[in-house]
Amino acid sequence: MRLKEIPISVWIGMTGIIVALICAFFAPWIAPYGETEVVGDVWAPASDQFFFGLDNLGRDILSRMIFGARTTLFVAFCATLLSFTLGIVMSFIAATNRGWIDLGLSRFNDLMMSIPTLIFALVVLATLPQNMPTLIIVMAVLDSTRVFRLGRAVALDVAVMDFVEAARLRGEGTAWVILREILPNTLSPLLAEFGLRFAFAILFVSTLSFLGLGIQPPTADWGGMVKDNKDGIIFGISAALVPGAAIAILTICVNLVVDWLLRRTSSLKGGRGDA
Amino acid sequence: MTPQSLFRPFVAFSRQFPLAANILRRLLLSFVLLWAVTVMIFIGVEALPGDFATTYLGQSATPEAVANIRSELGLDQPLLTRYVTWLGDAVSGDFGNSWASGQSVSEQIGKRLGNSLFLAFFAALVAVPLSVGLGLLAVRYRNRIPDKIINILSLAAVSLPEFFVGYLLIMVFVVTFPTAIFPSTVYDGMDFLTRLESIALPVATLVLVVLAHMMRMTRAAIIQVMSSAYMETAELKGLDGLRIIIKHAAPNALAPIINVVALNLAYLIVGVVVVEVVFVYPGMGQYMVDAVTVRDLPVVQACGLIFATIYIALNMTADILAIIANPRLRHPR
Repeated sequence: MRLKEIPISVWIGMTGIIVALICAFFAPWIAPYGETEVVGDVWAPASDQFFFGLDNLGRDILSRMIFGARTTLFVAFCATLLSFTLGIVMSFIAATNRGWIDLGLSRFNDLMMSIPTLIFALVVLATLPQNMPTLIIVMAVLDSTRVFRLGRAVALDVAVMDFVEAARLRGEGTAWVILREILPNTLSPLLAEFGLRFAFAILFVSTLSFLGLGIQPPTADWGGMVKDNKDGIIFGISAALVPGAAIAILTICVNLVVDWLLRRTSSLKGGRGDA
Repeated sequence: MTPQSLFRPFVAFSRQFPLAANILRRLLLSFVLLWAVTVMIFIGVEALPGDFATTYLGQSATPEAVANIRSELGLDQPLLTRYVTWLGDAVSGDFGNSWASGQSVSEQIGKRLGNSLFLAFFAALVAVPLSVGLGLLAVRYRNRIPDKIINILSLAAVSLPEFFVGYLLIMVFVVTFPTAIFPSTVYDGMDFLTRLESIALPVATLVLVVLAHMMRMTRAAIIQVMSSAYMETAELKGLDGLRIIIKHAAPNALAPIINVVALNLAYLIVGVVVVEVVFVYPGMGQYMVDAVTVRDLPVVQACGLIFATIYIALNMTADILAIIANPRLRHPR
């Protein structure tokens, strides 16, 4: 793997992700003002002092964007990580055990997937308390159904290979078979899927916050900032478009990297098509 | 009667009419799925922690007041009794009264469901032919400039959140060049053309959001077909590109494309939720989001059930159409 072979689009994607990560990690040191600090007039236009202007309560948009990166990325990352752990453990258990465990888990998964994710989340959030851990768990559980489906398909392919049978005949337990035989051989498609799910999680948490059901104010997050400033749009105030654009750019960056990863893994399989 | 003889009529039926039996099986599956969804939406949600009475009363939640509200709303009944009553009423189209406003849920939904379907229908009308056409174009000029441009643009479009697209369109077409209407209010007795004009922006948003997905999936489906052996034969026979696509690839790609379309129509149904909130459009999505905010469970459950029903019905239609469109499924060996 030479650095020269990485296409320019991937470099752009990586740069975007790294910038967002730096903002997230070092928010209190980078941000010129505080997260909830009121520093001037409502919807003051952009100036030298305030790069993107001020929001609906007179808070600095740039500072809130930087703090928002922290919240949005943190929630999206935790949810993806949790959903992967859940989805992969369940799907590998289903794929290695087969029989009624597989049947039960798969049918339950089909049932979960028969309700659109956003609708399901809305129904569940109508009763659950509104806080960040609940939000992360709800997002993770709903998203793990997608991971389960892919994980099971991939693991089934590997589970019938000779080396897995050899391991079983050696007398290895289920945990060994999963961790040492199946997981290493399914890592690359799962890695690409991780990126895809992460991009989706960013969009999902932003959408929920935009609807007022995600991260609660005054904590800054990109979806919530769009909601806060949406009433300004009709007066030509673009405050709501800045966080919206940030969500879009970050998701594009993640997708650029994932697209390349997917193409790499599919080209390894050979064949005429690149579907 | 032994179990075997019980199944014999069905086995005979499915031998004689494999297509009908296949479709029947799929229909049955959908009904089972739908029933399971009602269990999830009702019992699953009620079993979660959190109680309307306590939330509703807030600080003044004395035990007596909570007990009062619970008996008023029928929450003191056993869960199973409430589920059976709810399901029975829901099947006959009665979703009870909203906890927040006390009005009939069915009446509200009746008006709003029509509005939402109106929006989704016009979005589909524009998006489906456009995306299938662009998908074909991308395959025709595969790995050349048009394909690459379409690929990059669609990758970008997939990543845009619905609300960003919506506000961007408002910024451009309402604020900078005032040509469109915002907010997209519709009311009873509005004539058809004015109504169309007022939903132009939400429809455009939905189309933009769905288009890229649908196109990428169409392209992938056709390329999958293109990589099969009979396509190579057609190519080696010296047929020209467009002819190969229309005569040989398209009939075989029909089932996957139908699937793509249905999947995205289902996605449209969900997409309306956010788009309605952005454009202040009086549809189901807006109603549901408002109800979730005030934890008005009967409304949330009713909306959730209707959205899920539409989603399941669309997926079922896709599967049935795919069964009909696929000769291999039509005449199984």
